[in-house]
Amino acid sequence: MSVKRDSLSVGLAVGAAGIAFGAVAVADHFTVAQACFLSLVLFSGASQFSLVAVMSAGGSPLSAIVTGTFLGGRNGLYGVRMAQILKLKGFKRALAAQITIDESTGVAIAQESSEDQRTAFWYTGFGVFFFWNIFTLLGALGAKAIGDTSAWGLDVASPAIFCAVLFPRLKERKLLIAGVLSFIWALSITQFVPAGVPIISTVVIAAIIGWK
Amino acid sequence: MNSQWVAVIVTSVLCYAIKYIGHAIPEIWLAHPRVQRITNLIPIVLLSSLVAMQAFTTKTKFVVDHRLAGIAVAIVALGAKLPFPAVVIGAMATSAIMYRLKI
Repeated sequence: MSVKRDSLSVGLAVGAAGIAFGAVAVADHFTVAQACFLSLVLFSGASQFSLVAVMSAGGSPLSAIVTGTFLGGRNGLYGVRMAQILKLKGFKRALAAQITIDESTGVAIAQESSEDQRTAFWYTGFGVFFFWNIFTLLGALGAKAIGDTSAWGLDVASPAIFCAVLFPRLKERKLLIAGVLSFIWALSITQFVPAGVPIISTVVIAAIIGWK
Repeated sequence: MNSQWVAVIVTSVLCYAIKYIGHAIPEIWLAHPRVQRITNLIPIVLLSSLVAMQAFTTKTKFVVDHRLAGIAVAIVALGAKLPFPAVVIGAMATSAIMYRLKI
């Protein structure tokens, strides 16, 4: 099954970047327990990195909470999309919510059939969850040994994965236009707005293009 | 409890609540074709801008560095229809080499 294989390889590749999170969190004076708590309970890479970065730059807990929550906002929008595909209730819905992140949604929507979409969601979501948590712990414990994560290519693992999940979707013209505009928009405004805004504000582009 | 734990716990709870609310929005609200078209576009715009941020910014500033080569290799590999692990490993290896060569 190539859907399962691809989903689990995303899980491993993205999960391995957890080593960067664990290492950065400890380097920024968070404890190993706090790093692991964030990966288990918050479980959203961008929010986790921003929370640690804001506090280590001297920001207040409130500003860390606002930035982290703002960056987590897109998971709610992914949830809206995934709920239509998964159609779950009760405990399974609560479980699916926790693993609703960039990767699980991205790999799911890249599939053709709704059965493959569901398989991709669960395998990618749990795959990332499993490896992300193991590697967070390893990174936190071995922070000094890894050194510079860029030297191991870990800083491009995640954008390369998103290119791969977007690529097959962008054959459709409207989707291609939406993707390219969002890319340009985000880079144009990033210097002038707080972290997270360049990403979440592209929802406006989706609304305008999807209107008619 | 210190301020780090406060931030860690509160953000974790809020982020889970956001994920759950997304799943729990009544389906009837989403039945309109316009809402369908927009929710279909949302992952595309979010992921595209996320790639832009992760590959071409450092601390919210626009930056072109070793990551560009990694992303370029990923796109060429995708165009050549290479399997998924090859795309990601190729990108990571290229970026790491460029970084170590200080290009």
